[in-house]
Amino acid sequence: MGKKIVDLLTFLLGWIDARFPLTKMWNEHLGQYYAPKNFNFWYFFGSLALVVLINQFVTGIWLTMSYKPDGELAFASVEYIMRDVPWGWLIRYMHAVGASAFFVVIYLHMFRGLMYGSYKHPRELLWITGMFIYLCLMAEAFLGYLLPWGQMSYWGAKVIISLFGAIPYIGETLVLWIAGDYVISDVTLNRFFSFHVIAVPIALLGLVCVHVLALHEVGSNNPDGVEIKKNKDKNGIPLDGIPFHPYYSVKDLVGVVVFLIFFASIIFFAPAMNGYFLEHNNFVPANPMVTPEHIAPVWYFTPFYAILRAVPDKLLGVVAMGAAVMVLFLLPWLDRNPVKSIRYRGTLYKWILGIFVVSFVALGWLGMQQPTEVLTLMARIFSILYFAFFLLMPFYSKWDKTKPVPDRVTYK
Amino acid sequence: MSDRGNSLVSEDEVDNERRRFLIATTAGVGAVGAVGAALPFVLSFQPSERAKAIGAPVEVDISKLEPGQRMIATWRGQPVWVMRRTEKALKDLETMSAFLRDPESKVVSQQPAYAQNVARATKAEYLVVIGYCTHLGCSPTYLPEGTPHNLGDEWKGGFFCPCHGSKFDLAGRVFKGVPAPTNLVVPPYHYLNDTLILVGEDGGAA
Repeated sequence: MGKKIVDLLTFLLGWIDARFPLTKMWNEHLGQYYAPKNFNFWYFFGSLALVVLINQFVTGIWLTMSYKPDGELAFASVEYIMRDVPWGWLIRYMHAVGASAFFVVIYLHMFRGLMYGSYKHPRELLWITGMFIYLCLMAEAFLGYLLPWGQMSYWGAKVIISLFGAIPYIGETLVLWIAGDYVISDVTLNRFFSFHVIAVPIALLGLVCVHVLALHEVGSNNPDGVEIKKNKDKNGIPLDGIPFHPYYSVKDLVGVVVFLIFFASIIFFAPAMNGYFLEHNNFVPANPMVTPEHIAPVWYFTPFYAILRAVPDKLLGVVAMGAAVMVLFLLPWLDRNPVKSIRYRGTLYKWILGIFVVSFVALGWLGMQQPTEVLTLMARIFSILYFAFFLLMPFYSKWDKTKPVPDRVTYK
Repeated sequence: MSDRGNSLVSEDEVDNERRRFLIATTAGVGAVGAVGAALPFVLSFQPSERAKAIGAPVEVDISKLEPGQRMIATWRGQPVWVMRRTEKALKDLETMSAFLRDPESKVVSQQPAYAQNVARATKAEYLVVIGYCTHLGCSPTYLPEGTPHNLGDEWKGGFFCPCHGSKFDLAGRVFKGVPAPTNLVVPPYHYLNDTLILVGEDGGAA
């Protein structure tokens, strides 16, 4: 009996393989994709990002079933989901907390890249596709934040759309074109909804596929920053590589379980995270006549918002904010040091990376505060440090005294 | 039959110049078509006829406005502030120039020609401005003179934006050293009679 079933399945697989490269794809991306054997904690965040992406897709599809993208109905429909739809509260909180979780995971994923030089040759394109995913994610978060049609949704969108008004000559027309009305209105809400549930998710999905394909083409970096493809056995398999499945698929599952413990705890016990994930003002319906006393974006945008506010000129502020994101694209070419991993870079880089992290976190905190003279001065200092990290990189990455890089990965 | 290998034509039969020309012209015409096809989608983002209709002028009755008071009307979904200034406030406007970025309202986009004066109004007593900060569109708070503040000695009442700290005087003129680049926008308006303003239209004169 057992043998017959196995025979049948083997036949079925053969039948499919003759018509679709199923086994070939499985092997290329899982069964015979050789990843370095020395992955550490920091290598969980790639697969976690995928988990959160799936969470956002599934909960998003369910939310769309009850949400109404209408200026008159939107706010009430979200409350309807929260109170009347069976399990609606859970699905909505999974989506809202998922948005913040996405950025936590992505920021840690990007920091991993910074630490171990994962953006360097031959992974420049991998880094760039990742940056495009990050841009899509920011767009998705911004578009989605308007949908509950609360005060923060409304005024946050108003402030961000007004940023485009700073562009000389075409600014005003552009703002009108984006909003589709003289103010942020039902029209804006509807088109944001369309982008949030269709356009950007499709782009995101495509980019994630490109990102993974690019990764599997060049191979994963690792905490030692050593190319494992340099040392292969007689079968052409990297000596320091292990097949992704079952080794890392199982390891990542453990990461997913730990992540879900944190994720579920927040969803059940602090879904608004005391105003950090869902701002207090957003529980008030949008009112175009009254600006809330204090407008701040959700935490994942605040570092860039702080940079915007630090510049005392409207256009230059917008330019600085845009540049703060875009400069990340140039990272592979700003870093002139051939050594990838922080393990073998000098003390100088460790200090500078530390200062950069402090600046980013400090800017994030400053972006949430009401601006005072002292805080604005601090924001200016940290903005300069933020940009210095990138703009001085071609110099300090050259000066840094590096340690010898081992030929093979270190593995205890 | 000549030996063409995998190709339908052999190398010496190919007219490269003709081929390049055809590829270029086909691609060119195709590109024009693609741009043409994209246009409706791009233009579809513009305000709809309904949105434009809702943007029609509105009447504002100012008969009940006391000196020092401000009322908020709605035009194109935006708050339009109508404020009746006290005599002292009007006098104070003359003394503000040194602290302002554009005291003479030289930036023409920010007001109709008939409001390009110290009071930024056709009748000096009544200020009509759109209540959105010219920085990033927050709605500033009205702080009449006498309200507690920490905005410096030169402050003689005006509008303060809580979002990014921009300051405007009682004519909606922007202070120096704040993020807002320009004065508050004066919408087109005219008086239908002594107590009725039509916001959104210039009137015959303009």
